[in-house]
Amino acid sequence: MAWLGILPFALFILMFLVAPTLNIVIGAFRTPEGGFTLANIAGLFTPSIMASYWISIKISVASAALGCIVGFGMAAAVVLGGLPRGIRAPLLTFSGVASNFAGVPLAFAFLATMGPLGIVTVFLRTEFGINLRAYGFNILSFWGLTITYLFFQIPLMILIITPALDALKREWREAADCLGATTAQYWRMVALPILTPTIMGTFALLFANAFGAVATAIALTGSSLNIVPIMLFAQIRGDVLGNPHLGYAMAFGMIAITGCANLIYIGLRMRSERWLK
Amino acid sequence: MTFLTLSNLEKSFGPTRVVKDFNLDVAAGEFISLLGPSGCGKTTVLRMVAGFEPADAGRIVIDGRDVAGLGPRQRDIGMVFQAYALFPNLTVAQNVGFGLKVKGTPASRIAARVEEMLTLIGLPEMGTRYPYQLSGGQQQRVALARALAPSPKVLLLDEPLSALDAKIRVSLRTQIREIQKQLGITTIFVTHDQEEALSLSDRIVVMNQGIAEQVGTPHEIYNAPRTGFVANFVGTLNTLEVEVLDPATGRIAVGDQQVTLGRPLPQGRITLGLRPEALRPDGAGEALTARVIGMDFLGSVFRLRVSMAGQVLAVDSFTTVGVSPPNIGDMVTLRLNTQAVLILEA
Amino acid sequence: MKRAAAWAVLIVGLMYFIVPLIGMVEFSLSMRRGEYSLDAYDIVLGDPQFRRTFGFSVIMALLTIIVGMALVVPTAYWVQLKLPRLRPVIEFVTLLPLVIPAIVIVFGYIRLYNTSSILPLTGSIWGTNLLLVMGYMTLGLPYMYRAVDTGMRAIDITTLTEAARSLGAGWGTILWRLILPNVLVSVLSGAFVTFAIVIGEFTMAALLNRPAFGPYLQLMGANRAYEPFALATIAFLVTWACMGLIQLFTRFSRHTPK
Repeated sequence: MAWLGILPFALFILMFLVAPTLNIVIGAFRTPEGGFTLANIAGLFTPSIMASYWISIKISVASAALGCIVGFGMAAAVVLGGLPRGIRAPLLTFSGVASNFAGVPLAFAFLATMGPLGIVTVFLRTEFGINLRAYGFNILSFWGLTITYLFFQIPLMILIITPALDALKREWREAADCLGATTAQYWRMVALPILTPTIMGTFALLFANAFGAVATAIALTGSSLNIVPIMLFAQIRGDVLGNPHLGYAMAFGMIAITGCANLIYIGLRMRSERWLK
Repeated sequence: MTFLTLSNLEKSFGPTRVVKDFNLDVAAGEFISLLGPSGCGKTTVLRMVAGFEPADAGRIVIDGRDVAGLGPRQRDIGMVFQAYALFPNLTVAQNVGFGLKVKGTPASRIAARVEEMLTLIGLPEMGTRYPYQLSGGQQQRVALARALAPSPKVLLLDEPLSALDAKIRVSLRTQIREIQKQLGITTIFVTHDQEEALSLSDRIVVMNQGIAEQVGTPHEIYNAPRTGFVANFVGTLNTLEVEVLDPATGRIAVGDQQVTLGRPLPQGRITLGLRPEALRPDGAGEALTARVIGMDFLGSVFRLRVSMAGQVLAVDSFTTVGVSPPNIGDMVTLRLNTQAVLILEA
Repeated sequence: MKRAAAWAVLIVGLMYFIVPLIGMVEFSLSMRRGEYSLDAYDIVLGDPQFRRTFGFSVIMALLTIIVGMALVVPTAYWVQLKLPRLRPVIEFVTLLPLVIPAIVIVFGYIRLYNTSSILPLTGSIWGTNLLLVMGYMTLGLPYMYRAVDTGMRAIDITTLTEAARSLGAGWGTILWRLILPNVLVSVLSGAFVTFAIVIGEFTMAALLNRPAFGPYLQLMGANRAYEPFALATIAFLVTWACMGLIQLFTRFSRHTPK
């Protein structure tokens, strides 16, 4: 009887989350006539599509890795670095804002910074004589997108790792001190191993986050950078690939990759929670 | 020659003076308890000895070495925390061997020492377990083994039993004391539980608001408290206002009763301190009568609340099978152990 | 020594965030040659398309929040009260929208609810709008559910409910007058995050061809030089306002737990 209570929720999830997704997943394995096939998946293995997956993966890995490192550094600076306590709350609020500031506005902020007329570009040219263009830097590129993505990756890392850093008990540090460990030994043998599941898990989350991002990419690169979401977007809009079911396959590919990443995240989170009971 | 000397220690947090001119000499192998209520400064003193808090003033000398400029790492001390603080990502064996590993001890020596320590604390089979798989009492024993494995000069314990269940607390404290005696290690034990301090220590330092009120053996602290605070904090204390009739012989009047204490007393109205066991329903000693107004049965002891000359006293006696305690409203005769009477400041 | 390094890391990190924002604001003020002006803002705010699309997105956001909370609050309440074993399942479900990219979800809508299916939602304006709201709800679900769930766990809803039932209250009364006021701060927190997400959302609105703010931003970006930066600044300020209001409510709520 109690099950009736969650019926509306279950219905919603089913109709607007599960069914559409399943439709796509199943569609990836269906021929236009309705039979089962692996041809669509096979159709993914063309050079251009593989290239788009590959560049998507590269950007996601790069922005996730850099996001982890810089985010960890900033969170550690605030939680463990002996900075005034008043800095923490504003930083977390700002991280909340920045992690949601994606899409078109973000693209523009970075165009204004590193684009051809961007303030940093101009600054470097007039003050230091460094011409970014000559160095082959172009905002509409792998590095441009990666650096832009960091704007929401770093704050997301800060938001997730700050509670984990809080959970590092002061007594562990003190016990390690008494027992003769140096700071480096404490971090190597105690703190980092404890934090690793969370860090790795957040890396997976950031990866999935970057992989699925569409709006920023479109706004920044038009369609000149062929990452998977952009290709999928074009495909949905106008079947540019000439085979509707290929769209399904591409979407399925995306789900498979982000799904794996998130499974890793969940598994690692469960593991670290068990330790810290 | 004392092993550990604390001289004129001072510590303030902001405007609050938390430790005021604290002095203590500890002999080698001694078990000293710092006993006091929350906020009395006992943990701060311990942390200054450990090196976690720098002292504002004063000296700390361990085994002839002034440790003023040294961090916890160089002071050669072992510490056990209230929250166990075992490293959750390491096994029991790795935790215990941690202090040896960071110093670069060869693995075989570490393994032998870890086994020795695990046997000492009574958990020889638990080496491969993780802390989250152990009970609170087991974790604290492992924490003790971890602190002792590198053979430190001094062992510091910060309310190690407060987080445990009552039964475990009692059995573990005995175990801690036995291990300490066996190893002969100089130990400072911080607690707010007087029963722990009384049962374990060679000497107790009773602290209140940053100063050491009294230092003495458990017996001295209990039976000869020098200040009202010590008398009240340790054990139960009855107070009795009496009129001194003859200061030379110590004859006093309690209401309309009179007894002689047999020692000189100051003039006028004074306040006496009496432990509940100083008055007995039987035995020898000066006799006083009182009316029973309440009775609490505490198991091995029953505590009478009696009224004498308008004042209420607590009287403890052992429960004896076959002898029923007095009823409420009865008049009882109590024998006073005159040697156990304390004279408190007016 | 440690403190100096910490300050250095923090400042360098913050530079990365501040510089683009400065750039964005600077460009938005540079429409008039040679001097700073608010010309770009004037044009943008005066543009009827801006008002139309911004208004549309605001209405969509409000609908999403209302329908979303009407679904999430009773569900979170019910699960905690009667079906606590189901919690891990529900938590997993609410994290699914973070796994499945928005583009895939909306792709699924288009295939599943197009004009040749049993529920031809894409065939009509209100049907498509409904789909959009549902899509936004799935995007906001992780934040809404987590915020409300955390808030409910902080108050003892079982005891509150039993007390209310013993005094004769019905389920509606319990939810509306007892539970909701006590989790209001959490509900608002989830609502503001959802608002920020919906205002800036692009993918779903674009693929469903609805006149939302996100696609409008994209269009302006492709065609104009300075107005997009003014728009971006406005969008950033809206997001900041949302987050700031959450903090404000959390700090000044007196009788609800944080």
